[in-house]
Amino acid sequence: MKRPFKTRIKTLKIDGIDVGAREDETILELAQENGIFIPTLCHLEGVHDVGSCRLCLVEVKGSNKLFPSCMTYAEEGMEVITNSERLQTYRRQVLDLLFSERNHVCAVCVSNGNCELQWMAGKLGITHVGVPYLYPQLAVDASHPYYAHDPNRCILCTRCVRVCDEIEGAHTWDVMGRGVDCQIISDLNEPWGLAESCTRCGKCVQVCPTGALFTKGKAVAEMKKRHEFLPYLRSMREGRNE
Amino acid sequence: MISRNEKIEPPSDDKRWRIVQATMQRNGFTRDGLIETLHTVQQSFGFLDDDSLRYVAASLNAPLSQVYGVSTFYHLFSLKPAGRNTCVVCMGTACYIKGAPSLLEQIENEYGLSRGETTEDGHLSLMTARCLGSCGLAPVAVINGHIAGKLNAEEALQRLQALQEVENVQQA
Amino acid sequence: MFNKLEEIALEERGKAEQYTHTINVCTAAGCASSQSDAVKEALENEVRNHGVEKWCRVRGTGCMGLCAAGPLVAVEPEKPDEVLYQYVKVEDAGDIVASLEDKPVERLRCSTDIPFFTRQKKIALENSGYIDPESIEEYIARDGYSALMKAITEMAPSDVIDEIVASGLRGRGGGGYPTGLKWTTVAKSDGDTKYIICNADEGDPGAFMDRSVLESDPHRVLEGMAIAGYAVGASQGYVYVRGEYPLAVARLKTAIRQARRANMLGSGIGGTLFNFHIDIRLGAGAFVCGEETALIASIEGKRGQPRPRPPYPAEFGLWGKPTLINNVETLSSIAPIIRNGGDWYAQIGTATSKGTKVFALAGSINNTGLIEVPMGTTINDIIYEIGGGVSGGGQCKAIQTGGPSGGCIPADYFDTPVDYESLAKLGSIMGSGGMIVMDESSSMVDVARFFMEFCMTESCGRCVPCRVGTVHMYNILDKFSHHEATPRDLVLLEKLCDMVRNTSLCGLGQTAPNPVLSTLRYFRNEYVEHMVTETNGSGPVTKQMEVAQ
Ligand SMILES: Cc1cc2nc3c(=O)[nH]c(=O)nc-3n(C[C@H](O)[C@H](O)[C@H](O)COP(=O)(O)O)c2cc1C
Ligand code: SF4
Ligand code: SF4
Ligand code: FES
Ligand code: FES
Repeated sequence: MKRPFKTRIKTLKIDGIDVGAREDETILELAQENGIFIPTLCHLEGVHDVGSCRLCLVEVKGSNKLFPSCMTYAEEGMEVITNSERLQTYRRQVLDLLFSERNHVCAVCVSNGNCELQWMAGKLGITHVGVPYLYPQLAVDASHPYYAHDPNRCILCTRCVRVCDEIEGAHTWDVMGRGVDCQIISDLNEPWGLAESCTRCGKCVQVCPTGALFTKGKAVAEMKKRHEFLPYLRSMREGRNE
Repeated sequence: MISRNEKIEPPSDDKRWRIVQATMQRNGFTRDGLIETLHTVQQSFGFLDDDSLRYVAASLNAPLSQVYGVSTFYHLFSLKPAGRNTCVVCMGTACYIKGAPSLLEQIENEYGLSRGETTEDGHLSLMTARCLGSCGLAPVAVINGHIAGKLNAEEALQRLQALQEVENVQQA
Repeated sequence: MFNKLEEIALEERGKAEQYTHTINVCTAAGCASSQSDAVKEALENEVRNHGVEKWCRVRGTGCMGLCAAGPLVAVEPEKPDEVLYQYVKVEDAGDIVASLEDKPVERLRCSTDIPFFTRQKKIALENSGYIDPESIEEYIARDGYSALMKAITEMAPSDVIDEIVASGLRGRGGGGYPTGLKWTTVAKSDGDTKYIICNADEGDPGAFMDRSVLESDPHRVLEGMAIAGYAVGASQGYVYVRGEYPLAVARLKTAIRQARRANMLGSGIGGTLFNFHIDIRLGAGAFVCGEETALIASIEGKRGQPRPRPPYPAEFGLWGKPTLINNVETLSSIAPIIRNGGDWYAQIGTATSKGTKVFALAGSINNTGLIEVPMGTTINDIIYEIGGGVSGGGQCKAIQTGGPSGGCIPADYFDTPVDYESLAKLGSIMGSGGMIVMDESSSMVDVARFFMEFCMTESCGRCVPCRVGTVHMYNILDKFSHHEATPRDLVLLEKLCDMVRNTSLCGLGQTAPNPVLSTLRYFRNEYVEHMVTETNGSGPVTKQMEVAQ
């Protein structure tokens, strides 16, 4: 006779702390519940994860591979390490690469002081960027009546793409190109202000971790973002769909 | 659902749109058929312009930005028309080892072009490929659909020159 | 139904017996690019001119292997003594036809006694060059579809999987994952709908094995897919073919149509209750779409970007359904295994790598072309015996296997047997089977730069390490090739290699540093030689000193 299979509680260790988990909980969620900090950039509560920034990588004992904690689910007996020397080095390198990829000039940025990238660099102890800057030439798009898009500050986290598609349902944004030529575009790569699909809701602006999307008319360091609304919106929506 | 999408008017009454429509129909007018549809447009018209992207997006009920994102992800899709003649130089490993870079460079210099570009008069598009599967004949180039193997720069330039002459004769 | 297959086979063999002579002309990619079509036409004309069409026929066949010597023409009199001609030109057609009742034309003759032919063992390529790829009857006459009929009429799905497990077959797409285990996982995954995908996106720039199989013997791939479908419980399959292979696509389309008509695909295959349909999906020029999750995204009509695994496609694949993804060559080996038994296959090869492997030999080697050898054959044998040695009389410096995910193996290690583990130990990989021979004139720094440029332009752009890291690594390698690099660049290069390899999301990024790491391992001196030389008080010193520390 087969044993009846039910959702069981898994027990595992994160940084030596015993935690209990449902099998649909990610390592990142469990860590946050237990007050353990794991750096993230592409993760955004309320939309699906893509595992692209690689900041949240963690080690799992017994495996050489590193796992993105935002997309790795709890398993029985797992021993997770979130903050080894090796991980710290890689995380700093990820930030190095992000800073070098575009033109991040914090001193003149609307988000100076409120930018997740800048904050993360401070948190992880980055004092200088270890790779040469690539200095791409990218034009700012200020065609939208309320908002502006400055690709020089974009880290291609695709939070804007996902929130616009999954929460607002407009799918104004997407990514074009490939590799380092990737860019965020609206509709057929036309000026944002001409994009018919945009509802002007501004959710993308609120979730953008940097000053790449911002409200017009803000001066340096004035742009503060709020995205606490997301999990709430998501749960409302899911409730309604049932 | 299907009937609704069928009603979307093609950008023109060009007959080739029927082929495009047939491809979309075969895939039930779903977004899954996007790449197949773009292949058909590319084959029928030679490239993807804004009108065709809008038409495909509307017919498949797909967001414009997604259609644009897909079109620019794949190298076989091109948003610009190609030249009247095309020369594809293979830059796969075998051809690279056997001297494709200098072959390419000499063609580039001769025509003042970089790979991926078309001459201003639309005469020639110069492109590169990643292995054409004829590595035994490296270095390889495809000129107007004809494979030429064991090619040296001189020969390649001669063949390209011949194209120019054909065109001159046609114009005369 | 089984009888119907035999009927076709008998009829076809009978037809063949009417002819005492058959002239096979290779019309696969390699020979086709040296105008074998014209040669075929000329031969047909000559056969008519000589009035011998009653007992002599001309056929277009698939790849005969020795692509460098094309166009190749083989005359089959009483088998097995065939006569092979190389570098055949249109003008030679008359002589060849005239010689049929006489002695072969010596000036065109290519000996079939050479190691290139005698040292090979053909399983996946058993029909290549012997059948007309556009004729299902010829495939059936060579036992085609008998494995499928055997599986669906005499075996339970689990028996089929057992045979595959027993064969020890491992994936030929690069990873070498045990095929039997993969099939078992998909078979056990929950769900009524499952899919089979044949990965024919052959992206390694310098490899053409899969293309050759598809162009020379497409039915074999379809048969393998149908058997896989029966074994794991799928009724729909997709072949994802590179868009750059139009001939392969055309042949596949023809084959699918023929197989449907012969009731070897479709509903109620061979009079049983088993249904299996196959559709073709075209790639559009993206190397990363060879990665299985990217491939799935592409079939779903999206940007071909990979996603983190787990979940693996075996559980959560195409449209969220359990999906079996296998490479062309892997699937080509299925029918012979079912026909002859898993144990038969397991006798060939080494302890951990069973069977045969197809390699595409290219670069500075005399016999460029396709070969199939038992696993465990040494690199020496492949290069010097089968490959006929280095072309141009030079010395072989290294070979490159595994393409952009692989590495370079220096000549000192050529006594290594070719199997998954041995190549991995040397810092390379088996890969899909591209093998590029490099002579003394090749610069290893340049080779590393070439592959890094490839990875940089093929990176999908989703994850940071690969998207940006490959650009920096490429820039540094470019500095090396212009003699502008400093020791600090070398340190940074190694750091980036380590980081990109360990933190990238998918196999592309994870393996992109391999060509650099392997050339650094064996040819570090070349990197050092490529650094800037600077002068200090006592004259020029290279930066070698600092590096050594
Ligand atoms: C970047 C990348 C490219 C790949 N390209 C191919 C390819 O061109 N052909 C292929 O068969 N497998 C390719 N693979 C391997 C596939 O992901 C997959 O492992 C394989 O198709 C499984 O089939 P197998 O088990 O029969 O080898 C690639 C993997 C990666 C990471
Ligand atoms: S614009 Fe902002 S939210 Fe969108 S991808 Fe760039 S950094 Fe992320
Ligand atoms: S490793 Fe490269 S190809 Fe793979 S997901 Fe990351 S960016 Fe894309
Ligand atoms: S937060 Fe997990 S990869 Fe970015
Ligand atoms: S590398 Fe040029 S054809 Fe293969």
